[in-house]
Amino acid sequence: MNDTPFEPVIVGFTCNWCSYRAADLAGTARVKYPPNIRLIRLMCSGRLDPTFVLKAFAEGADAVLVSGCWPGECHYLEQNIKALRRFELLKRVVAGLGIEPGRLQLVWASAAEGQRLAREITRVVEEVRALGPLDWGGRHAATTALAAAPPDSAAAPDANTEPEPEPAEVTA
Amino acid sequence: MTATVATKPLFAMYWAASCGGCDIAVLNLNEKLLDVAEAFDIVFWPCATDGKYADVEALADEAIAITLFSGGIRNEENERLARLLRAKSQVLVAFGSCACEGCIPGLANLRHVGDILDTAFEGPSTENPEHLRPVARFDAPEGVLELPMLLPTLRTLDQVVPVDYFVPGCPPETARIAEVVGLVIDALAGRAALPPRGSVLGGGHSTVCDECTRTRNVKRISRFTRIHELAVVDPQLCLLEQGIPCNGPATRDGCGALCPTAGAQCIGCYGPADGVIDYGARLLSAFASVVDSDDPERIAEILDGIPDPVGQVYRFSLAGSLLGAARQAWSFDSAPSPERPVDAPPGPDREPVAVGASQDAR
Repeated sequence: MNDTPFEPVIVGFTCNWCSYRAADLAGTARVKYPPNIRLIRLMCSGRLDPTFVLKAFAEGADAVLVSGCWPGECHYLEQNIKALRRFELLKRVVAGLGIEPGRLQLVWASAAEGQRLAREITRVVEEVRALGPLDWGGRHAATTALAAAPPDSAAAPDANTEPEPEPAEVTA
Repeated sequence: MTATVATKPLFAMYWAASCGGCDIAVLNLNEKLLDVAEAFDIVFWPCATDGKYADVEALADEAIAITLFSGGIRNEENERLARLLRAKSQVLVAFGSCACEGCIPGLANLRHVGDILDTAFEGPSTENPEHLRPVARFDAPEGVLELPMLLPTLRTLDQVVPVDYFVPGCPPETARIAEVVGLVIDALAGRAALPPRGSVLGGGHSTVCDECTRTRNVKRISRFTRIHELAVVDPQLCLLEQGIPCNGPATRDGCGALCPTAGAQCIGCYGPADGVIDYGARLLSAFASVVDSDDPERIAEILDGIPDPVGQVYRFSLAGSLLGAARQAWSFDSAPSPERPVDAPPGPDREPVAVGASQDAR
C-alpha cells in the first residue's frame, strides 16, 4: 500500500459519429476534463457487446462509461436504442454481482456537445473517486489465491492463457 | 487393485462439488460401459468402485490414461483431488457443467461463504441451538478428526489446474458421452487422433437454437413471462418469441434441444457456445436486443419480467464467467451483507470459515 491518492481508471466507450466527435470537440476547444477516462471508439454504441464492459471490470476498470448518439440520432437508425436496452439489463446483472450502479453509466452526447460530455466525464470521475477502487481482478484473484495458491507450483494456471493447440497424447 | 500389473490403460472418474448426476450419466451408457471395462482398468471411481485416495497417490505420475473429473472446486478436498488427479493423469477431462463452468453450485458465488454456512447451519428449517459449525480439526477421545474446509468461492476445474478437454452438459447427454468414450478408445488403439488440447468434446459448435425445431420469426418481446404463467404455450413457435426467457441463443448445442422440444425453455446447461467469452453477456444481449420498446421506462418495465437477471443469465456459468463471483463473495470484504444475521453468535466455531484458517489447515 502506498499513499498515492486513488485515481479511478474509467473505460469510456464512444461512438464514432457523436460521442467520440464530442470528445474531439472538447479537445480542440481546450475544454478540460480529468485524464482518468480511457476512451475507446466503436462505430456505434450498438456495437458495444456487454462482454466488453464485464471484461473492463474484470481487468481492473473502476467504472465504465457508455456513450452514443442521442435517441433518434443514430447513424445506424436505432442501434443506440439496442444499446440502451442492453444497458438496462446489463445494469441489473452488474448490480446483482455487487457492483455499485455509479460504476456503469450511460451518457448520450451529440457531436456538438463537447462541453457537456466533458462535464459528464468530470461528474462520473468524481462519483467514482468517491466510491473508491473496485480492483476486481486483484481482489477477486487474491480471494481465490489466498486459499488456493499451489504450495509447490509458481505457475498458477491463468484462465486467460490459451492452451497449446496440440492433441493430447495417450499411451497405453 | 493397484497390486495387479496393469495391462490396460487406467481410467478414473471423480466427483468434486457435484450432485453425482455426471456419474449417473456415465453409468447410463449401459452395455457401452462394457467397452469401457474392456478398454480400461478402472483404477478409481468413487461412485462405482472401491478405490481409495491412497491408491491414486501410490500411482506414478501420468499413470492414468484418462480421468473424467466432474464437479467444481468448492473445498480443500476438491482442490487436493484436482491437483492429485492432474498429476496422475495423461488426459484430464472437465466433465459436465460443474467442472466446466461451475453449474448450479457456482451460484453460491453470489454470497460470502459465511452466508452459505449461516443458511446451512442457522437457516429457518435447521434446529441448531448450540450454534454448531464445522471445524477443520476436532480432538476426539478416539483421535483427531479432520474436515476439509470450504474455500471462499467455487472455481471451475481449469481455474485450478490445466485441463485437456471439456465435456459440457448438466449432465452430458449419454449419447455424447458414448461418442467421447468411443473416440478415446479409438485414439488409444491408434485408430483416431484426439482433437487439440482445450477442445470441447461431446458438444456442437453452434447454439441450441440451431438444433431447435420451433419456428423462428423476427423477435419483438413486449412481455417476459415465466412458462407456467402463460395460459397457452404455442407448441410450434420459438419460446423466446412467446416471451419465455429461453437460453438457447447463447448455449452450445449438442443436447438435441431436448428442453425446447419438450416444451420447456432452455436453461443453458451446455454452457457457452463456441466463441462466447461470457455466457451471461451474450445471453443478456440476446434478450435485451429484442425488447419491443424505445422508451427507457417501458424497457425497464419489460425487463422487470426477468425477476432474477443474474440467475437467469448465469444459472450454469457464474463461476466460469469473466467476473467469476459477486463482490459479496470476496472473502476479505468481511463486512456482513445485509441479509446476514448480525446477531449470529460469534465464537471460535465460526473461525474456520476464514481464509486464514484454510491456509493454516494446509
